[in-house]
Amino acid sequence: MTRLKNLSRKMLPWIFLAPLIVMIILFWVTPVGITIFLSFTNVTYKNFVKFVHGIEGAFNYTLENFNKLLGGDPYIREIAMITLLYVGSVLSINAFYSLALSIAIVYFIRNEYLSTLMRVIWLLPRITPAVVYGFLWIWLIAPDSGPLYQLFAAMGIAPQNWLLERPYSQFLMIVVNGYVGASFGMIIYTSAIKSIPEDLIRAAKVDGASDFQIAKSIILPLLKWPMLFVISWQTLSLIASYEQILILWGSYGATRAAGTTVFAIYAWFKAFEMGEYAYGATVSLLLVAIGVVLIFLYFKIFGFHKLMQPSKIEV
Amino acid sequence: MGKKYIDVKKIKRRILLEKITKVLVVLFVAVIPSIPIWLMYLGLIAQAFSSKVTVGIIPSGFTLKNWRFLWSTIQMGLKKYPNIWPITMNSLYLALGTALLVTFVAGLAGYALSRMEFRGRTKMMEFILALHAFPSIVLLIALFVLLNKLGLYGKGFITLTGVMITKAALEAPMGAWIMKGFFDSIPWDIEWAALVDGCNRLTAWRKVILPLVLPGFAAVAVFAFLAGWAEFIMAFTFIREDRWWPLSVMIYHVIGEYKFIDWGFLAALSLFYALPTIIFFIFSQKFLLRIYVGGVKG
Repeated sequence: MTRLKNLSRKMLPWIFLAPLIVMIILFWVTPVGITIFLSFTNVTYKNFVKFVHGIEGAFNYTLENFNKLLGGDPYIREIAMITLLYVGSVLSINAFYSLALSIAIVYFIRNEYLSTLMRVIWLLPRITPAVVYGFLWIWLIAPDSGPLYQLFAAMGIAPQNWLLERPYSQFLMIVVNGYVGASFGMIIYTSAIKSIPEDLIRAAKVDGASDFQIAKSIILPLLKWPMLFVISWQTLSLIASYEQILILWGSYGATRAAGTTVFAIYAWFKAFEMGEYAYGATVSLLLVAIGVVLIFLYFKIFGFHKLMQPSKIEV
Repeated sequence: MGKKYIDVKKIKRRILLEKITKVLVVLFVAVIPSIPIWLMYLGLIAQAFSSKVTVGIIPSGFTLKNWRFLWSTIQMGLKKYPNIWPITMNSLYLALGTALLVTFVAGLAGYALSRMEFRGRTKMMEFILALHAFPSIVLLIALFVLLNKLGLYGKGFITLTGVMITKAALEAPMGAWIMKGFFDSIPWDIEWAALVDGCNRLTAWRKVILPLVLPGFAAVAVFAFLAGWAEFIMAFTFIREDRWWPLSVMIYHVIGEYKFIDWGFLAALSLFYALPTIIFFIFSQKFLLRIYVGGVKG
């Protein structure tokens, strides 16, 4: 009897976890396996149906995709550069610009309502459904009729087409994603700043420190961990984020002209526009590998317990 | 005496200088860069309700003409789009289904992770956190193959359901993580006290724990709902038949057709689609922020 009870006590957690584990195996682990598998095949739109139905001899195993990725594909170098530009620029907006933004919003603006209003405004790009957000940008920079187009034209910046003319198009790609990303940093930083003990700031004030000195000598050093967290977390999501690029440019031809083909969207176009499923999967595999390596690295750097409490401040 | 007088003046000047710098910093860092956001949303509302708009955001002449899609079909030349209401129902189905699945799965898993002792608990939590950080969207091609293999591709409603389950699965680790946090924040003592007072575990759960974690469930449900409602890429990639598109996909196609031609109509349609998100956001801002702090992709 006690044995049975023991067994059921041991089983209970796993019964509770079972639905999640099934989901993870089916929709996370299996797809990673499929991505690896596909990378070693020659599956394209031509043999895809046969491949899905498991007909024998439908496809061959090959290393061709890796040859392409490592040099055979003439466009890879440019894509790598664009991805670097994209991740680097948006990341600096997310990690550094949003820091200045947070200090300005919660520390420099003393009026509670104004501060909340600014935070809500800056949050809007993140909460708006991606399709609507993308549409609003298309409208803002529409030649002649777009309000932002007119604003810039008044300052003498008037490209024929913001979407297709470099470097404006690349600037647009960074800014569109930057506005979404800035609020991520803002949320983490503002809650971190708010959790700094009032006494610390008051003591500094009594000693005659100015607001700028407080920002520089107290707030900034205390935000070291939240900053590292934002950088690492955002690097991971940025290497794979392509939703806005897909919504704004929509086709391989357009992103190629605009110079906005990052790795993640290149994989998508390869698979779903050109039907090169195996090669698309290989490009994805590169991103999966980068993701896994980064996550391992972060666990090493942060340790599990620090990751668990991203916005905690260590005073 | 004289010396002190000069000091005060100096300090006053310093304070003034600091104030000016502060205002400038706020202006250049927070206010001016937010202009595009203001333009966007003011323009969205102005365009949706007025017959003529100057400089993009100044409305003149109230009209509901832009909302005609609510009572008639959208048609562009020969291209006819499906009626808005079934499409809205698709979105609702996708969002509610995702919310339900995520809440169920995450609630169970979160409870086990927070309250039960078992071998591999820490490993499991690490794994879930790693999944939460991992950008799942790179698995799209593999998911496409998987849906095909499972026979869920190209089958209308079934494909939509497939997208829903996939979406739920991708959101579930994050949900479990958040639920665990909520369960963690309830002290053990309360559950103990209920047990000591003679409740059995189920009653303790229903009468004592549930009311306390209800906000957590609500937050996870709202979050999953919004994620399902906003879902675009998977639905766009996987659902072929326009009858089973969610709103996001239809709007994407309509934008492609109508941009430069009828901004007002597009604005009204976008506003219609974004409205639930905005309403939810206003009512549950605090919950959502709490979750966002826990980490979000994007």
